Amino acid sequence: MLDKILFLLCLASALADERCMPDTPHGFQVRLSIKTALGDEAYVWNENEMFLFRASLAFAMRNHMNGQQFEVSNIIVCNETMRVSFWFIVTSPLDTSQLIDQENVEAAIRQSRNRINSAFLLTDKTLEFVDILPTLATLYTHPTPPWLIVFGVVMGAVGAGIIIMLVSSVVQKKRKTNGKPQDKDDDEETRVKTVENGDAHDGVHNMSFSEDERFTKM
Amino acid sequence: MEKEDGEEKEISERPKWDNKVQYLLTCIGFAVGLGNVWRFPYLCQTYGGGAFLIPYLIALVLEGLPLLHMELAIGQRLRLGSVGVWNSISPYMGGVGVASMMVSFLVGMFYNMILAWILWYFFHSFQNPLPWRDCPVNLNHTAYISECEKSSSVNYFWYRETLNITPNIQTSGSLEWWLVLCLASAWCFVYIGFVRGIETIGKAIYATVTFPYLVLTIFLIRALTLPGAADGLVYLFTPNWDTLKNPEVWLDAATQIFFSLSLAFGGLIAFSSYNAQKNNCERDALIVGCVNSFTSIYASIPIFAILGFKANENYNTCQNWNILQLTNAFNIGDENITVENYQDWFNQLNATDPSEVESLDLKTCDLHTFLEQSASGTGLAFIVFTEAVINMPGSQVWAVLFFIMLFCLGLSSMFGNLQGVLTPLMDLHLIPTWMPKEIFTGLICLAAFTISLIFTLGSGNYWLEIFNNYIGSMPLLIVAFFEIITVVYIYGINRFNDDIEWMTGRRPNIYWQATWRFISPLMLLVVFVAYVVMQAEKSPTYSAWNPDYVYFPLAEVLPYPGWVVAICGLLSAIPVISIPLVALYRFICFLKNYIKTRHNPNPYANDKTKKFYQVF
Repeated sequence: MLDKILFLLCLASALADERCMPDTPHGFQVRLSIKTALGDEAYVWNENEMFLFRASLAFAMRNHMNGQQFEVSNIIVCNETMRVSFWFIVTSPLDTSQLIDQENVEAAIRQSRNRINSAFLLTDKTLEFVDILPTLATLYTHPTPPWLIVFGVVMGAVGAGIIIMLVSSVVQKKRKTNGKPQDKDDDEETRVKTVENGDAHDGVHNMSFSEDERFTKM
Repeated sequence: MEKEDGEEKEISERPKWDNKVQYLLTCIGFAVGLGNVWRFPYLCQTYGGGAFLIPYLIALVLEGLPLLHMELAIGQRLRLGSVGVWNSISPYMGGVGVASMMVSFLVGMFYNMILAWILWYFFHSFQNPLPWRDCPVNLNHTAYISECEKSSSVNYFWYRETLNITPNIQTSGSLEWWLVLCLASAWCFVYIGFVRGIETIGKAIYATVTFPYLVLTIFLIRALTLPGAADGLVYLFTPNWDTLKNPEVWLDAATQIFFSLSLAFGGLIAFSSYNAQKNNCERDALIVGCVNSFTSIYASIPIFAILGFKANENYNTCQNWNILQLTNAFNIGDENITVENYQDWFNQLNATDPSEVESLDLKTCDLHTFLEQSASGTGLAFIVFTEAVINMPGSQVWAVLFFIMLFCLGLSSMFGNLQGVLTPLMDLHLIPTWMPKEIFTGLICLAAFTISLIFTLGSGNYWLEIFNNYIGSMPLLIVAFFEIITVVYIYGINRFNDDIEWMTGRRPNIYWQATWRFISPLMLLVVFVAYVVMQAEKSPTYSAWNPDYVYFPLAEVLPYPGWVVAICGLLSAIPVISIPLVALYRFICFLKNYIKTRHNPNPYANDKTKKFYQVF
């Protein structure tokens, strides 16, 4: 009975690993903003969620370091706060006294970031690994820039409009020159007629003698 | 009787407007331009909101309306473009028309570059997400491009992806092919409306003049429903009466009304010269002037509602950043600190752990500071407004509507500019008779396009600022001053009154008499002198966008190099110098003739007969 209690105590102290502490050089801080991300559908952060987190981190480590069988017990968490934020370190499955270095952990998290995010219904911003920059999504580059397409459509319409206008003015002019010889004949006939009739009022108005004191004072 | 017969024959040859509405809309379209949307709201805000309306309306009544009435009346009476009108009043004042024509051409060149930029943004508004929303990522995908990160994505899109601006004006860079394409398309748009002069302009303006009002109304309804719109409107219209004591306010009001009405370009004279002579030009002038001012005020409402919305967004972002900092530092539960209880939390945390709070470097978020960040001109349209549009739901629709509106506003002003060039050339019979009008207008557009390729260089924006400041300002004031002096004192105010009585049926009343004879010329003179004094006080500098500048993203203020200052001087002087040059030329011709007639008297070789035939 006594040795069972002793064993449990040792286990408890072993779980509370002194290597896991704030600003540890081997681990990272994690911040979750569940309410910001999910609003009314936010779940409560509890022991089970923490278990899921440790499991998904173990999954990420397995993916990155092929062959090594990481378990949930290899992910040690500490300093949990109301925020929700905590620190974690990763021990090697082969030797629990050895910690996995930061670069490997970072690379593992980067590789499986999407999977970890979706396990918690969160995004890069709301599930924050402090000091691990998310890989920035590049903007989708279209094969043909869309603005050139719009430009082509608009300019096609404008070009067609210009051609239509020029063609219509040429057609109009042709019609006028066809109509004009007939008009000229009519004019001459009327003028001749009026001169014969001696009617001065419909004659051609001689402008040089028009009285326009606006312009000249002769 | 015979006078009217002769003029009727001339009327049938000169093109004319299809109806009165076309003429009014064209004049309104010429007067209402980009400045109504992006300059007036800025002035209103800078000079104490509602209080600015007082100097603005006084300037309209004392300076804007009289000059407008005078230009419309003289064009309608003499039925000639700007060069013909001043030539026929007095050959010595022909230079005024030449100056108008030159200014119109030069302004048309750089104004169309602005339309090219608007087209560029319009073409880019058909994407999701809008290209100015996000910063592009650098090659390793580790971070955003530093120039973009330090300034902002909208700034980056404007200065780098649109202009590809060089760090100073001496570095010309190369012709940016995408801007050349946009400029060519802008000129094609102008050509299609301008191809047969007022025949085609008259049809085009039905769309280009009415559409902006439609869009402004849509924006007004939308903007008033945005959060924070009320703050923007309150800020805009709260009168700050102290600013009225500052003389610069009065100067800016006078210059704003003058440039806003597009006076002294010769375009208004050209448009009214195609009218029937018996037309009520007094009522037309009042309509155009009042509609222009009404449009300015009407446009500032949605603009400021949207700016208020943007300031609100920035304010919320600022506050949320502070909240996040506190939450992370003190590990307080997520969303426990809100905008409402922020102050209580802050006080509590500051009391318990002031050093920690201090180390966080929290920002002071003040809504007023954000409201004050406004801009005018291209800064308003391409930086401030595009940033606001990103946050509005359905951004693409608003961006497309906004840029179409700006394009229509600018296009109708372009028609006026070019008509101010075309009509004098036609009246002077400088067009060879074999050349159809379509080819001639095409040549004008082509020439202007080729010269304005300067603005597509890397340093193009700096050159455009120079053209805007040195051509679109002082020469116009000088031309307007000479215009009113010529009409009132050389043509004769009594003769002018008789003309107007003949045209409208009513003699101009005491208001017009007082303003034409004394008040307007005096105001123009005062404004001109004040303007020159203010320009002389400021050394010629410009703001350059230099990513390598120590205080980037603040603009680097550089002085113009010597050769650029010389060009600025030339740009201001060349249009104006034509006034004395033409007078001198005429005087020399007169002297030659006088000497000739003294040796060989011929009663029929009279200067005035020659002039008479010249006119017809």
